Amino acid sequence: MTLNRRDFLKISGAGAAAALTGCATTPSVARGHVVVVGAGFGGATCAKYLRQWGPNLDVTLIEPNDKFISCPISNWVLGGMRTMKDITHGYDNLPKHGIKMVKDYVVAIDTAKRTLKTRGGATISYDRLVLSPGIEILTDTVKGFKEAEAAGKVVHAWKAGPQTALLRRQLEAMPNGGTFVMSVPAAPYRCPPGPYERTCMVANYFKKAKPRSKIILLDGNPDVVSKKPLFTDAWNTLYPGMVEYRPNNAPVAVNGKTMIVTTEFDDVKGSVLNVVPRQRAGEACAMAGVRNDSAGNWCTVNLATFESTTVPNVHIIGDSILASLPKSGHMATNHAKVCAAAIVELLAGRQPDPSPVIANTCYSATSSTTSGYVANVYRYEEGKGYVSQPEGGATPKGDELNFAYNESWAKNIWANVLG
Amino acid sequence: MNKKNITLLLAGVAGLSLSGIAGAADRHTQTIAATCMTCHGPGGHSLGAAPSLAGLEKSYFVQTMKDFKSGARPASIMKRHASGYTEAEFEAMGAYFASLK
Ligand SMILES: Cc1cc2nc3c(=O)[nH]c(=O)nc-3n(C[C@H](O)[C@H](O)[C@H](O)COP(=O)(O)OP(=O)(O)OC[C@H]3O[C@@H](n4cnc5c(N)ncnc54)[C@H](O)[C@@H]3O)c2cc1C
Ligand code: HEC
Repeated sequence: MTLNRRDFLKISGAGAAAALTGCATTPSVARGHVVVVGAGFGGATCAKYLRQWGPNLDVTLIEPNDKFISCPISNWVLGGMRTMKDITHGYDNLPKHGIKMVKDYVVAIDTAKRTLKTRGGATISYDRLVLSPGIEILTDTVKGFKEAEAAGKVVHAWKAGPQTALLRRQLEAMPNGGTFVMSVPAAPYRCPPGPYERTCMVANYFKKAKPRSKIILLDGNPDVVSKKPLFTDAWNTLYPGMVEYRPNNAPVAVNGKTMIVTTEFDDVKGSVLNVVPRQRAGEACAMAGVRNDSAGNWCTVNLATFESTTVPNVHIIGDSILASLPKSGHMATNHAKVCAAAIVELLAGRQPDPSPVIANTCYSATSSTTSGYVANVYRYEEGKGYVSQPEGGATPKGDELNFAYNESWAKNIWANVLG
Repeated sequence: MNKKNITLLLAGVAGLSLSGIAGAADRHTQTIAATCMTCHGPGGHSLGAAPSLAGLEKSYFVQTMKDFKSGARPASIMKRHASGYTEAEFEAMGAYFASLK
């Protein structure tokens, strides 16, 4: 028996046939122009890996800010354990990877023409577009928030930057015996454990500097959203009597003059108010028409390639997507890698990896020497999305070893994103 | 052609088809290895307390990952990560990390 090429193809099936023809034609090298919007955790990482895995690609990264200010570790700044300088990093290394950096803000996207416009007046065309604009904070959902924010009285500090520094100054100026009132938005929101870590960091500061002070946590959710055992253990054992937790207490209004947060049930007065309103995908997603879930808040994507389910050639990564995955920096960088790999394959005329695997880890500090984490590995399965693998989970108690690894994590993720 | 040759040929076809998406087979390994670097540092060179992975000997790497998965090697976090990957992925990542300088 001899096998001719026809038999060969019969036996090997359509997939291999396609692969064979792929081999027979030109060597597949990814070429084209990929434009990435937003140089945060997702966008900067994606641009780097696009250049690493697609050295013939032209990659443009658009970002209005001069500096990268990290949300991870920003709660440590509020607790006085770190300074703004520690969480502020330059973009100087990115051009060394052959990334073209454009300091500008995208104001319009035409997905039919595959062009976008910037505030500075430039028109830029793309073969594939990656959006990683983070979140838009729905300040209108809490009455009075905008006015209080504009007056510098009440901040969310849910995008690290000047608001982080201002909130720290407010906490420093607060008298011993004062009350810090913080609100948690209804899920999904950026960084599920973030509000509870912030509570611990502020409590850690109060314990040392203002021990008669109180913290009231108004949660828009029915229970602690993430790492409940870890955080409740910290509140009970490290800061007994200091933290009052109120579930199902979303703020409906805030007043920066009277310093009152109003919920459905109560008026809660505080010395420092930190209201974190609900969120949705960054505005750039609306410009591209990809904020397409039923409420028009988040973007639905093919999770193996992060391409929009409705608009071709537009990929969305990071906090902006709708998925049963936590909205974290760790995740955003891993979306970025899978997305970059898929784009390189697609632009080379090949099939992307049909079963990518990504992982999440969120470390949270519970004091100035202890941290815990939640960690999961997710494997993509056609028709199911990312399936959580066995043995994932969270630590029930913070400890010093995890604090050291928490610090190590921050250094390494920053270097991965920006180095 | 005998049976053995057919089997070989089929293996060859599978190989070819893999290298057709080879980009993808390799890319799968490169992508999962890249996710490890979030904690283990760019290129496997850690800047903090987590160990570096670049240049680890392949057999040591594979055995270590198996030991994390089984619990034979106690760990603060690696059991959770190692348990999400297959032995074939340990082998492929082991070869990759060993090749990093
Ligand atoms: C208090 C706090 C603590 C956190 N701690 C952790 C932690 O410990 N671990 C963890 O993994 N995650 C943590 N996170 C979550 C993490 O910060 C986010 O998940 C992550 O930043 C998401 O990445 P992204 O790329 O989607 O958005 P971002 O990192 O926010 O990046 C978006 C970028 O896009 C730019 N941009 C927006 N619109 C445009 C436009 N139209 N044109 C051009 N550029 C634009 C923005 O300027 C910004 O630089 C924390 C978050 C908070 C708030
Ligand atoms: C969240 C951070 C994190 C991630 C993600 C992570 N690791 Fe680790 N890794 C650690 C830490 C911390 C240790 C030290 C052991 C421990 O306490 O778990 C470690 C130890 C190791 C070791 C032992 C090194 C030695 O010299 O003995 C290997 C091998 C390893 N990891 C491989 C991997 C691989 C492969 C991946 C990706 C699939 C990965 N790690 C993902 C944090 C991480």
